[in-house]
Amino acid sequence: MSAPRGVAARGAAARVATAGRARARGQARAQAIAVGILGAATAAAIAALAFIVFFVLSRGLPSVTLEFLFSKPRGMGRSGGILPAIVGTFVLPALAIAIALPLGAGTAIYLTEYTREGRLTRAIRFGSDCLAGIPSIIFGLFGYIFFVTTLGLGWSLLSGALTLAIMILPTIIRTTEEAIRSVPRSWREVSLSLGATRWETIVKVVLPNALPGIVTGVMLGLGRSIGETAAVIFTAGSSLRMPQSIMDSTRTMAVHFYILAREGISAEKAYGTAAVLVISVLAVNAVTYWLMNRFIKRRAR
Amino acid sequence: MSDAIVAAAAAAAVGATGTGAADAGTTGARAKMSVQDLRVSFGAFEALRGLSIEVQPRAVLGVIGPAGSAKTTFLRALNRMNELAPGCRTRGRVLLDGQDIYATGMDPSELRRKVGMVFAMPLPLPMSVYDNICYGPRLAGIRDKASLDELAERSLRAAFLWDEVKDRLGRSGLRLSGGQQQRLCLARTLAMEPEVVLLDEPSSGLDPVSTAKIEDAIAVLKEKIAFVLVTNNTKQAARVADVTAFFLMGELVEIGPTGKLFTNPADRRTDDYLTGRFG
Repeated sequence: MSAPRGVAARGAAARVATAGRARARGQARAQAIAVGILGAATAAAIAALAFIVFFVLSRGLPSVTLEFLFSKPRGMGRSGGILPAIVGTFVLPALAIAIALPLGAGTAIYLTEYTREGRLTRAIRFGSDCLAGIPSIIFGLFGYIFFVTTLGLGWSLLSGALTLAIMILPTIIRTTEEAIRSVPRSWREVSLSLGATRWETIVKVVLPNALPGIVTGVMLGLGRSIGETAAVIFTAGSSLRMPQSIMDSTRTMAVHFYILAREGISAEKAYGTAAVLVISVLAVNAVTYWLMNRFIKRRAR
Repeated sequence: MSDAIVAAAAAAAVGATGTGAADAGTTGARAKMSVQDLRVSFGAFEALRGLSIEVQPRAVLGVIGPAGSAKTTFLRALNRMNELAPGCRTRGRVLLDGQDIYATGMDPSELRRKVGMVFAMPLPLPMSVYDNICYGPRLAGIRDKASLDELAERSLRAAFLWDEVKDRLGRSGLRLSGGQQQRLCLARTLAMEPEVVLLDEPSSGLDPVSTAKIEDAIAVLKEKIAFVLVTNNTKQAARVADVTAFFLMGELVEIGPTGKLFTNPADRRTDDYLTGRFG
């Protein structure tokens, strides 16, 4: 009685084992294909990036000399250097961040810490998300009409910075909000239970731990404003002179590149400018991440 | 259960608290905290349904009861942490040394310095051991390095943690073990020199050694501090509490000296819970 059943059982076991092996083979193949596709996607993305950087640097670096970096342009940029544009490229976005960060972080803190989720917060969030999707030239137009003309600020660093600040505000609000939300509620409760007020809790617990996220938002905003052309031409103008105050017009490297290339002034100088711009962006990113890592390490010893 | 009976039960507990809280209940000694007809609701749900109880000085009040019996809600009503939750509504009175903590003009930060809290999970803040301890005192305005050092050592010793961390006060509190983290949290609360300490299942996830250390600390500290200990572990209540209260569905079923409540409970439901018939 037991023998046939044993045979049958063995047969079944063998069938299960065979099916299992087949399944395992199928899974292994699916796994291999997935890894291949994902790897190829990664490689393609990296390759595109590397190619652009290589292309710009190989064309541009030969014309990047100390003279190019540290002298004023001559003949509309046909010869000479790009010092005023370098200064403009750093000052304008820095001003924009200086305006946008307090406003954006303040808004995010208010929305997350001081309001209950409701129709109003949803409306504000929807509005800021819509703002994030508007093409930059619209911001440029607005900045031109409002800051340059109506407020009479003229083509100036200030007009440009205010315009760029409005442009990057939604990004900063949204990333800061997410960063603040990612700080565990329990840490807030602990802080409050130790006699902290809401504000003390925000300053001592929430913001320090939200900092990496906030920095990411600032980096995104910085990247957008460093690379911006349309909104900058409309509001900060394109003066080649070294700006003396925030009421002076300026030209950023992105704008300089655009004008050199668009008006066929000098392809060589245009690529040189592009190379410096790319290196600057990489450098700003690297320094920021280095500072942030140092900050995080110092806190979590 | 009518309020009169609850009050009577509480009064009886006060009178009969013989062993641990020696003189706490005799001849009109004032309760440290007095809860009168406390009702807490979240939205339409009433979690605490009219509860009156007293917290005696120099004693541990244990609170036991099955999950969902509003033990934690009760605890968080004593330092106004409930009001952080949206839609929370508190009625009734909670007196600390005769003063209503829900009265307008009562500063919750000030209150929470006097009524400290240790949470169910070990929750060090993401900063060094030293900064964790000094968090409360610094907020209270203590800036002097020597005072902070002294306070840190005293608090860590009281929580039986000093010997383990004295050489790494500058390291992140998050890098301690779970049991050490919870003792750090106790030390951090003690550093505020509170008058009452609320313990919300302080050893729910801890090893027996760490649990024992926390219980030892409580046994010493109750000479100066009134404790309210919420626990799911009835054995812990039996070991630590002088008076034990049994909660069920947001109501106080019974309160009495721990020995009596555990050996000879007055209410059938208490007996059922203690013997494991439900809960």
